[in-house]
Amino acid sequence: MPFEVQKMTAAPISEPATDPVATQAEKLLAAAQAKQIAASKRRKIADKAGNILMPLLTIGVLLAVWEGLGQAFPGGLPSPSMVLLEAQELIFNPFYDRGGVDKGLFWHVLTSLSRVGIGFGLAAVCGVLLGSFLGTVEWARKGTDPIIQVLRTVPPLAWLPISLAALREAQPSALFVIFITSIWPIVINTMVGVRNIPQDYVNVAKVLRLTPAEYFFKIMLPAATPHIFTGLRIGVGMSWLAIVASEMLLGGVGIGFFIWDQYNSSRMSDIIVALLWVGMVGFVLDRLVALLGQYVSRGTAAD
Amino acid sequence: MSKPILSLENIYVDFERDGVISQVLDNVSLTINKGEFLSIIGHSGCGKSTLLNVVAGLVPVTLGAAILENKEITGPGPERAVVFQNHSLLPWMTVYENVRLAVAKLYGAKENLSQLHDRTMRNLELVKMTHAKDKRPGEISGGMKQRVGIARALSMEPKVLLLDEPFGALDALTRGHLQDTVMELHDRIKATVLMITHDVDEAVLLADRVVMMTNGPKARIGDIVEVRSPRPRDRKELLKDAHFQDCRRRIVQFLEQHDHAVAVKEPA
Repeated sequence: MPFEVQKMTAAPISEPATDPVATQAEKLLAAAQAKQIAASKRRKIADKAGNILMPLLTIGVLLAVWEGLGQAFPGGLPSPSMVLLEAQELIFNPFYDRGGVDKGLFWHVLTSLSRVGIGFGLAAVCGVLLGSFLGTVEWARKGTDPIIQVLRTVPPLAWLPISLAALREAQPSALFVIFITSIWPIVINTMVGVRNIPQDYVNVAKVLRLTPAEYFFKIMLPAATPHIFTGLRIGVGMSWLAIVASEMLLGGVGIGFFIWDQYNSSRMSDIIVALLWVGMVGFVLDRLVALLGQYVSRGTAAD
Repeated sequence: MSKPILSLENIYVDFERDGVISQVLDNVSLTINKGEFLSIIGHSGCGKSTLLNVVAGLVPVTLGAAILENKEITGPGPERAVVFQNHSLLPWMTVYENVRLAVAKLYGAKENLSQLHDRTMRNLELVKMTHAKDKRPGEISGGMKQRVGIARALSMEPKVLLLDEPFGALDALTRGHLQDTVMELHDRIKATVLMITHDVDEAVLLADRVVMMTNGPKARIGDIVEVRSPRPRDRKELLKDAHFQDCRRRIVQFLEQHDHAVAVKEPA
């Protein structure tokens, strides 16, 4: 049997195109290929449509159910149409400012975001530095590990009374809560990244006799970048969680305070709109950090 | 005759694990002359990589000394540049930046930016990689990566160039090309080279002397074959060269004698 297979491959491959059998075969092949291409195009279009249509469909169904429930039990949770009616200004004009705390959602979100920016920014710098140190110096890691493992599980709001007592003012207290909440995932992930730097890179650094500073910037930071960004992504999510909660207690301006304030004036529709803002801003923050990570660590994962 | 540049004197290397000592190298002595190409061959696990790492300064000796130009080797350094088996390029840097890192570190204090640039390009030129200078290691083939690894090592202008099974992970065709490149470079810049390999043809083709190591643990130098075939060498011509074939045969014979697997197969 194997000999027969050999004979077939040994037969002349190309015949003149005038051979009727060969032309026939070429036509059939071309038709089959065209079919293949068309099928793959259809699959791609269906795939893309699914990506857009399915979420829309799901949202539509959820809204319809919610609307139905709202109609059936008036006086409870406002239905989507009620929210649209009651919170019209809030939805369509996020930029109004009538002084004091009577501002559009954009300004509240901006205040919260600036707090996150400062607190999280500080946590990122300190977290990466501390994580790099603990990842390099074995005894320091051993010494601090139990402390970090305990502190990282403390919920954001549990820090608030201490920070208020120590700092006495709302703004720095909020910043501290964000800082202390988001630093742990950054420290831990940076540490893991630094500890996992391949021996090859370390050897290259040794042969070149890089100084500690050169090693930190040229080898350690880039090599740990994917891990660092995992930590930053978790951290930014946690700081967004922390800010909304702490603003509820601290008052003033900010999306968290806004939600609490609307609760006190029983404006459920406004709260629902604010919730959507919180969710979407959190989502955008997460994507931003993820995209930045992808950009900065391009090529790092490839080998 | 040329002068000795590197000498290994009664080197013992022991590794300790859980209180158990395993002896890797047992009294290895060797002298390498300036401009010489030396291949070290042996079965895997015989400690030949350990020997190279001793010269690189990455593995400390238990007893004995490695001496480069009258100075004892105590740690790694650019005058003993290594081309690692798995290329070890930094993946976040381009080909150019990988070489530039070494150039900037070694010559940054003495030369201006355009000189550093020229130096980087000159070394990429040597291995014919200037066309891919802006690519990242992930975007080029294994053979190309190894070329860049060689360029990086050469850019340090080492006194001894150390090659740790540099072509082990490459396909036969690429391997042949790179062997030619290394031979050409060696002829051109008269570098002193120490290469680890487990490929007999590669060892003989490239080297002036082939050092054969016995199996570990307690590996020693079993024999040394001097390859006197004239340079530049051509692999096809060498097939007809009786001396070359004789060297090859002697090494194969040595390796067969030290092959555990064969020894088990043949009834004593």
